[in-house]
Amino acid sequence: MLVEQYWKPVYKYLRVRHRASDEDAQDLTQGFFARALDRDVLAGFEPAKGSFRTFLRVCLDRHAANERKAARRQKRGGGAPPLALDWRDAEGELRELAVTDGMTPDEYFHQEWVRSFFGVVVEALRAELAAEGKAVYFTLFERYDLECPPGPRPTYAELAAELGVKATDVTNHLASARRRFRRLALARLRELCAGDEEFEREAGDLLGGTAA
Amino acid sequence: MRPLADAAVGRLRHLVDEPDLDGTPYRLGREIARGGMGVVYEAVDERLDRKVALKVLHVALAGPEHAARMVREARVVARLEHPGIVPIHDVGTLADGRVFYAMKLVEGRRLDQVPLGSIPEVLRLFEKLCEAVAFAHDRGVVHRDLKPANVMVGAFGEVLVMDWGLAKLLAAPESEGGTETGTGTATDTRVGTVMGTPGYMAPEQARGEIDRIGPRSDVYGLGMILRGLLAASPADDSATRTWPPPAADAAPAARELRPEVPKALAAIVAKATAEDPVARYRDASDLVADVRRLLDERPVAAYRESWLERLGRVLRRYRTPILLILTYLVVRALMLIFLGR
Repeated sequence: MLVEQYWKPVYKYLRVRHRASDEDAQDLTQGFFARALDRDVLAGFEPAKGSFRTFLRVCLDRHAANERKAARRQKRGGGAPPLALDWRDAEGELRELAVTDGMTPDEYFHQEWVRSFFGVVVEALRAELAAEGKAVYFTLFERYDLECPPGPRPTYAELAAELGVKATDVTNHLASARRRFRRLALARLRELCAGDEEFEREAGDLLGGTAA
Repeated sequence: MRPLADAAVGRLRHLVDEPDLDGTPYRLGREIARGGMGVVYEAVDERLDRKVALKVLHVALAGPEHAARMVREARVVARLEHPGIVPIHDVGTLADGRVFYAMKLVEGRRLDQVPLGSIPEVLRLFEKLCEAVAFAHDRGVVHRDLKPANVMVGAFGEVLVMDWGLAKLLAAPESEGGTETGTGTATDTRVGTVMGTPGYMAPEQARGEIDRIGPRSDVYGLGMILRGLLAASPADDSATRTWPPPAADAAPAARELRPEVPKALAAIVAKATAEDPVARYRDASDLVADVRRLLDERPVAAYRESWLERLGRVLRRYRTPILLILTYLVVRALMLIFLGR
């Protein structure tokens, strides 16, 4: 789960903030997670001192600096089996999304973590609804809540005509998909956190200052 | 799948934050306010077809202690049935596990956004605020977060005290000594915990001296509100009016902020905002009693007037009978002069 949730922000951060080439960023990402999982580096995280993301980013900066210093030519990862990560997908996202100038490293890493978090939850929602034969629920959710074309969002009547369902079904299916999304997002966040206190902080961060 | 655009991420954030009202009789409306504990939404109670305000616990505050605190808040407010305190209609738990309570939707403006009139008009508004707080004090409840943003003024001039999230239940009425035992606290407050709003928070509250917090702490908040009401220019409208800085220590006296403030009124503000709780009014009832005495041109407890000031006050208070007597005497004198010839 750690890799699934964090690999994209880590990769993008290395590409954008460390200006690593795509190949170097892949190696560094592989090496970082291999090292983190193998040596239990992340066990050093102390929630009282700050957020897990900041800790992870500091570890990542240290890892990238060490790797550069050693100027290794060999493949990073210390012989660990490479993780199956979709690098092309991450590269595609980098091309498609504008990098905001003036962001601190923490802000950029946080932004990409939030994007990655919701991306994973959206995929989980898609899989859950598909498994139940409710793909149309997801399509409605995708069309109404995820796609951001210029101009106004489609009306429920337009979506009903487009997908061949009743307008009342659009309301109900969309509400159901949103409810599931909310449940999945909160459940996933809870899985990522060690306790109530961390959940409170992470949920506040994720939702942009909701909490006190 | 394409990456989530920033706008989509924003929408998903909002979606997770939004309360799930499925299974309740409420239909969600716009967001009204966002505070430390929860978010207040406008909603429609479909059973009665009326608008209400729903306060819903933040999605981030998932721990049981927060839920318990929210329920306690609702119970504290529910026991305060007073026209100046927003009534609670309902309390419950949403499908997503968040605690909520429904209350009257107050249509009006925050106190710091209300155009102000003359000093007597300001004092009448303040009197209503004090009456609501005095009622709470009488029921053993201390608000602990009195500030203009937590006071609403309705379209017909009604004043409502809002946001009782930091309210504290006292075990017994305050003793003459000025301290009380907070055994039945409404919130799980520990000594050293600071809760409230800087500037309006009493010094003992700012220092986290939980055992010393009582009705006199609310009196301090009321005093700071009165100081702000008096100092703000009545001619300014809501958009441009500048509320004076509420910094307690360096707070200039009310007369420095607005010279036409009578000395007795400035003394009331000074007494209400005294550093030492014992030097303040005992509770909101005592404070409002002094404000009423001032409005009635009677001597106030907070100010020792000179004989000249007393004479002026007596003349103002008995202006009508004095004028009548003077008129009678003049007429009588004239009659004696003319009829005596």
